[in-house]
Amino acid sequence: MKYVDEFRDGELAKNIAANIAREADPKRTYRLMEFCGGHTHAISRYGIADLLPANVRMIHGPGCPVCVLPIGRVDQAIRLAREHGVILCTYADTVRVPASDNLSLMRAKAKGADVRMIYSTQDALKVARDNPQREVVFLAIGFETTTPPTAVAIQQAAAEGLKNFSILCDHVLTPAAMHAILAVEGGVALDGFVGPAHVSTVIGSKPYEPFADDYGKPVVIAGFEPLDVMQAILMLVRQVNDGRAEVENEFTRAVTREGNLKAQQLVAEVFELRDMFEWRGLGSVPDSALKLRPKYAAFDAELKFRVDYVEVPDNKACECAAILRGQKRPQECKIFGTVCTPENPVGSCMVSSEGACAAHYSYGRFREVA
Amino acid sequence: MCLAIPARIEELTTPGNAIVNLGGVRKEISLALVDDAAVGEYVIVHVGYALQKLDREEAERTLEMFAEMGQLDELREELNT
Repeated sequence: MKYVDEFRDGELAKNIAANIAREADPKRTYRLMEFCGGHTHAISRYGIADLLPANVRMIHGPGCPVCVLPIGRVDQAIRLAREHGVILCTYADTVRVPASDNLSLMRAKAKGADVRMIYSTQDALKVARDNPQREVVFLAIGFETTTPPTAVAIQQAAAEGLKNFSILCDHVLTPAAMHAILAVEGGVALDGFVGPAHVSTVIGSKPYEPFADDYGKPVVIAGFEPLDVMQAILMLVRQVNDGRAEVENEFTRAVTREGNLKAQQLVAEVFELRDMFEWRGLGSVPDSALKLRPKYAAFDAELKFRVDYVEVPDNKACECAAILRGQKRPQECKIFGTVCTPENPVGSCMVSSEGACAAHYSYGRFREVA
Repeated sequence: MCLAIPARIEELTTPGNAIVNLGGVRKEISLALVDDAAVGEYVIVHVGYALQKLDREEAERTLEMFAEMGQLDELREELNT
């Protein structure tokens, strides 16, 4: 397929790997965080870690929207579906996230709640149009990539006068999470970031400049194909070797410095910053998430149904929090691969294929015994 | 959730929508977030929306850069032998 297969050429990958091996200084370690779950998935799926020298280590970051959603947020959605009788629409990954009382949206559905998996916000609007006698709530999660489609849906619903449609807004912001990682107590020793691909198509490369300028951490924005990731790692190794901290862009075919201004404007019209939002793994982070502007309050399910957020601690044995902060690896969690598997996830990192634990379970766990 | 791939616009349908080809599967998507997308262009598709147009020249340039790096390595090897 055009512009997909071309970026998966195995011979070229070996070439870039050879360059990384030649240029990485054996006397030092390179700890590089891929923030985004899409990169975690690519690194595991294509065995990229195996192509890297031992002193170049990839640390999985918290950039998987399902993984950073705290239990209390899923509980809110379940309460809406079970106690308020709404049709709860959400993206497929979200339905398996473990919630309180041994529930998930999928288990709530099995117990009779009307939970529907949708592919696009357009589908959620259609459900609302087709069921005028029912309340339809879209559980809106995700980073800057899924936010503009939610904004489009809100404006469409407002224009159509759709009264039975609202959203439970859990949209979060990438740069705020990166700040939180760098500010974490005890610190995560990092030498640089592989910057997100599709988030950056929307926000551009500019918002990463403070990480280079203020924190001295190099950032290389990379596409999701294996060659993109390899090339970004090479560019990071070079920056570290040169003592540089800059924002570089490997993904020029889709990312500009300014990003998608049309999408940014739409988001700014519909959403404003939340003062505080709790993330799984990062705790409460100020100005790290979005809520609807007062103008669109009629579409805010939290206000419409008065479902407050109640904080719920994670399962004690689960190490998702430390894994999301880059402080532990999946295999260091006691329940990894035994109690917690993709079929029966305990922690959110095991749910989505982009989660660090699920990716390691699917593609990496035999590497250590081989 | 972040997994999105480039897809070719095959047909413009109702205003603001298009049919794209995702590895042989034809799917209707929204063009609400991009300006002036035309048939034959590639867009990055995510949750049913085109997020950004794919710059073909930049894609070709990146591929050329990878290829050039390969050639440089061969040259280096030749010089070393």
